[in-house]
Amino acid sequence: MASDMSAASLEELRQIIDAHLHLEGPLLPMLHGIQEAFGHIPAEAHAPIAEALNISRAELHGVISFYHDFREKPAGRHVLKICRAEACQAVGGEALAEATLSKLGLDWHGTTKNGAVTVEPVYCLGLCACAPAAMMDDRVVGRVDTARMDEMLTEAGA
Amino acid sequence: MKIWVPIDSAAKALGADAVTRALAAEAEAQGMDVEIIRNGTRGMIWLEPLVEVEIDGVRHGYGPAEPGDAVGILSGDSAKALGPVEDLDWMKRQTRLTFARVGVIDPLSLAEYEAHGGLAGLRRAAAMSGQQIVDEVKESGLRGRGGAGFPTGIKWQTVHDAEAAQKYIVCNADEGDSGTFADRMIMEGDPFTLIEGMAIAGLGVGATKGYVYLRSEYPDAIRVMRRAVEIARHARVLGADVLGSGRAFDMEIRVGAGAYVCGEETSLLNSLEGKRGVVRAKPPLPALEGFLGRPTVVNNVISLATVPVIFEKGAQAYADFGLGRSRGTVTLQIAGNVARGGLFETAFGISLGEVVNELGDGTATGRPVKAVQVGGPLGAYLPVSKFDAPLGYEELDAEGGLLGHAGLVVFDDSADMLKMARFAMEFCAVESCGKCTPCRIGAVRGVETIDRIAAGDAGAVPLLSDLCETMKEGSLCALGGFTPFPVMSALTHFPDEFTGQKEAAE
Repeated sequence: MASDMSAASLEELRQIIDAHLHLEGPLLPMLHGIQEAFGHIPAEAHAPIAEALNISRAELHGVISFYHDFREKPAGRHVLKICRAEACQAVGGEALAEATLSKLGLDWHGTTKNGAVTVEPVYCLGLCACAPAAMMDDRVVGRVDTARMDEMLTEAGA
Repeated sequence: MKIWVPIDSAAKALGADAVTRALAAEAEAQGMDVEIIRNGTRGMIWLEPLVEVEIDGVRHGYGPAEPGDAVGILSGDSAKALGPVEDLDWMKRQTRLTFARVGVIDPLSLAEYEAHGGLAGLRRAAAMSGQQIVDEVKESGLRGRGGAGFPTGIKWQTVHDAEAAQKYIVCNADEGDSGTFADRMIMEGDPFTLIEGMAIAGLGVGATKGYVYLRSEYPDAIRVMRRAVEIARHARVLGADVLGSGRAFDMEIRVGAGAYVCGEETSLLNSLEGKRGVVRAKPPLPALEGFLGRPTVVNNVISLATVPVIFEKGAQAYADFGLGRSRGTVTLQIAGNVARGGLFETAFGISLGEVVNELGDGTATGRPVKAVQVGGPLGAYLPVSKFDAPLGYEELDAEGGLLGHAGLVVFDDSADMLKMARFAMEFCAVESCGKCTPCRIGAVRGVETIDRIAAGDAGAVPLLSDLCETMKEGSLCALGGFTPFPVMSALTHFPDEFTGQKEAAE
């Protein structure tokens, strides 16, 4: 397989895999570690993970594709998650999400052309008593209205 | 001068960090000597950020605070003054057992935790045999707070009696239900309670290892829990010799990956093992063949976090609260379109109407309440005519509802119930693990059938009922099995919205 990864990146990948091998049920922590380092799960990671855990690449693909969190390609520089669940819907969350997507000209999971922001749906951030809620990277925001959303998008460079 | 500003996600989401910076800057400018402590939230989310200032040994509240309120709060002359926090109606009406310390202490101060009753339960348990520990939990009447309401002591007994070289305690912290945030609140506000509860469970059933499966949507809770485990290990609350008892228990925090179905215990176990989060058929019960095929206690955060207070105060003292077979307290989470949302811990038995109208003070929009979804995305929509229903497991079941994790999402009269029913099916289709057909295909057909009804095809209504029956009876787990609750309750209580008239007229 042709690889775009540098030798240094491949070495880092190895180290992340090795660091998790002692765990009981190491695969999810390993994938989180890889995604934290590389921003996604690069295709180059599949063979060494499968080999280290003695599972088939089909099994590995099954796991990666099952979970919403794991990406095959890098996201934008920031990830905006907008809650779509019932408590947020009860206070206009759906209209907020639609307005945001249409303003950016995106569908769910889309990234702005300048690569600044990827917008994703999330089903509950546990901020149901101060809905509608959103999260820019790890920063949570409650009672989001369009003005607040615009502010967040401007800050993120969208 | 001691000042508290919550570090809870909900408070942060409403600007608590900016308020903290403003207070610190203003105190420095005035040359005041202040100590700012970041506490958990008291649960009065409509008052967040709720700043507390100690005056003559009593904590006075100011909220909802903005950075501009810093000067007034420090001088004691602020329009946001609420008086002593403990005297607020919302606080006085509660029976805070599980959440006694949340909002009071610095979440990561083990010394404060101990000063407020922490570790007393574990010390008592450490002097008891495994069977005595299990008996105490049975006697308390504690039932699983994650939603199913299964008696916790019976589950522990099964694991206790199982013979195995290694057993596990797994905490289900995959709180994915909309309208619920009690797990998040306690993990961020009093993490040692959960650690202590898991350690007691470990001593009780003979498990030396525990895992918290915590959803990735809660980055703040993950940070707090990880740090708390390190602190507990350092203080020998965890490790080879728990509090000098000669018995071992240690634990790890594991992060989920955004799959709702992993809140179902067998999917969670598969996920923890590094597999697709697909549901397992039961039997075998996880209590006998759980994580890595070994005997495993799987309990919700609130169930485990309630164990320490049961051991501190005694099983009977806990069982003295409640109604019927629902013993102890319920941690209500009041959310959605509500004027005063938050967490309210009280004995089982309070009525739905009292919660929504008196505690919640009606809707945030000021419009009439139309429905309340109780128990998360898989719970029923209850109309105002059901407001007399007492909140207890069996009591709500009798009304065709589901208490679940005790989240209540309020909707005003602008809610479109057909759309909410459609969303329930859509959500089930997105989140189905795919293992069983009624859920995997039924949910997709459910969306299509509701679309037909919306387009004016009244003949599709019986089809929807029939489909719901199949999903209910034929699904492996609660995702497919309970999605019919919101759908059928919307259809039953708001039949006028399923005639297709509105769309047909447009």
